[in-house]
Amino acid sequence: MKSSNRRWWHAALGLVFTAVMLFPVYWMVNVSLTPRNELRKSPPQMFPLNPTLEGYRAVFDQQLPALGTSLVIGLGCVLLTLIIAAPAAYALAMLNIRGGRTMNFLLLVAQMVPAVVMAMGFYAIYVRLDLLNSIGGLIVADSTIAVPFAVLLMTAFMGGLPRELMQAARMDGAGAWRTFRSVVLPLSRNSILTASLFGFLWAWSDFIFASTLARNSDFIPVTLSIYNYIGNNTTQWNAIMATAVVASIPAAVLLVFAQRYVAAGVTAGAVKD
Amino acid sequence: MSTATTHHARPTGASHGHSRRGRRRAQGSPWVALAFAAPLIVYLVAFYAYPLIRSIDLSIHDYNVRAFVQGDADFMGVSNYVDVIRNPLFPQALWNTFLFVLVSLVFQYALGLALAVFFKRRFPLSGVLRAMFLIPWLLPLIVSGSVWAWMMNSDSGVVNSFIGIVGIDPVNWLTSPDTALASVIIANIWLGIPFNLVILYSGLQNIPDEVYEAASLDGAGPWKVFWRITFPLLRPVSAITILLGLVYTLKVVDIVWIMTRGGPADSSLTLAVWSYREAFGTGQPDFSPASAIGNILIVIALIFGLVYVNLQRKVDQ
Repeated sequence: MKSSNRRWWHAALGLVFTAVMLFPVYWMVNVSLTPRNELRKSPPQMFPLNPTLEGYRAVFDQQLPALGTSLVIGLGCVLLTLIIAAPAAYALAMLNIRGGRTMNFLLLVAQMVPAVVMAMGFYAIYVRLDLLNSIGGLIVADSTIAVPFAVLLMTAFMGGLPRELMQAARMDGAGAWRTFRSVVLPLSRNSILTASLFGFLWAWSDFIFASTLARNSDFIPVTLSIYNYIGNNTTQWNAIMATAVVASIPAAVLLVFAQRYVAAGVTAGAVKD
Repeated sequence: MSTATTHHARPTGASHGHSRRGRRRAQGSPWVALAFAAPLIVYLVAFYAYPLIRSIDLSIHDYNVRAFVQGDADFMGVSNYVDVIRNPLFPQALWNTFLFVLVSLVFQYALGLALAVFFKRRFPLSGVLRAMFLIPWLLPLIVSGSVWAWMMNSDSGVVNSFIGIVGIDPVNWLTSPDTALASVIIANIWLGIPFNLVILYSGLQNIPDEVYEAASLDGAGPWKVFWRITFPLLRPVSAITILLGLVYTLKVVDIVWIMTRGGPADSSLTLAVWSYREAFGTGQPDFSPASAIGNILIVIALIFGLVYVNLQRKVDQ
């Protein structure tokens, strides 16, 4: 009995820790529901006692285009990342490409380049090519966050696939392309999903590229929209927080439906068992 | 292994399949491999190497907005770098970066490890709660940054009302030069805990149970077990976690920019934020010094990055 008691003690303690950790998230939701005239109350309203949806109404009136833009950029980034990363991972993991180790090393190093430096480089290039403030340009820049990660992740995964399957495919007369499409890709579903989830999330969350390469765009992503919002009117914090809540939805969806892949992705970059 | 390469030239030649050496290299003409990797190689050259070269090019010329479009900036050699290093802001930004990285890492690691050890015991809800801990890491930085900024607001922030309960006077978290750096560090620690928790937790999973059983037979208490067994066995994973965190923390811009813009009076200005501010943060873009700062940052990041890669290799072996 003593040990079961202890387990419940642990659960209670765990709940307290989680509550403390997630307090800022609760606060975001709380402020998003607070009426404007109560926002500056001191002490602040701890619970949304008379909740209002005026903040969310502002989101629907003003932020829908930005949310749409972010969605397009996120999906475009996932597509581009997979097109580049999946075949490359296949080559690195299964075709014993020459210089594979060098490639792995370069991909690791590429992840360490500060985004602000990349942003300046892209800015200089886009000015000349007239690609500033274009959605395509932003998709390409955002994909640089995800591509090295995706290649490394999928290479590690494909390296663990049983060789016998490739052997069997070859015996059946399948070439490299057929094997890739019909055997390797379907088997790599999990790693493709993880790479896609992160690719989407990073593009959706990006602020640095958006604020440098697309700041005068007709179609700005939601992160930049929140930032402009804060700059323009500091009184409507319920609307700002409502936008923040809506901008957090992909993260929440990810956590509920794909928690397994999220944890796998975080660990993949750092530790291989 | 050269026999295997010829197999692929005739994919229909199933009779070659029985070659034992072919097992390791299932399909392998070097040209086929290259064809599959070609998009990535082109991509890395066009969207990594070329922007990096452009950023170096910016740092050794005198670029203003006009020269940007015309492409006729004057060559400056290393003088942009010399100017940056001589700038009185440089030692301050370097010191702020050092504090930001060091304090963030120490707390992220310590709290992440404590939580990982805590969650290692099975108890009701442990899986769900551990998943919830990922949330801060998944939120867009602009979201977390603006939430923290509002929480730390001097007049209506909830943080001040909390510390008011225990009798501490309100603090001008983001608007006083004394506390601005500490404020962004607090927010950054919060952001980094999930990453540390997940990696250290998976490291703990890899320590075999027998080790703990042996220790408990010897009558060692939990504190002793942690310091004698868990911590030493976790050392490689810890080193990797910290180094990776270091490289990522060095380049943080978003969270600081949203909360303080590096101010007030440059008190929370790190190298990465300084670089961003010079290039994009003011109405007057100054790309040449900005890229010089950015390239100095790359060198620092690469030094630690190489240590990390080296260590990772040792752990893998």
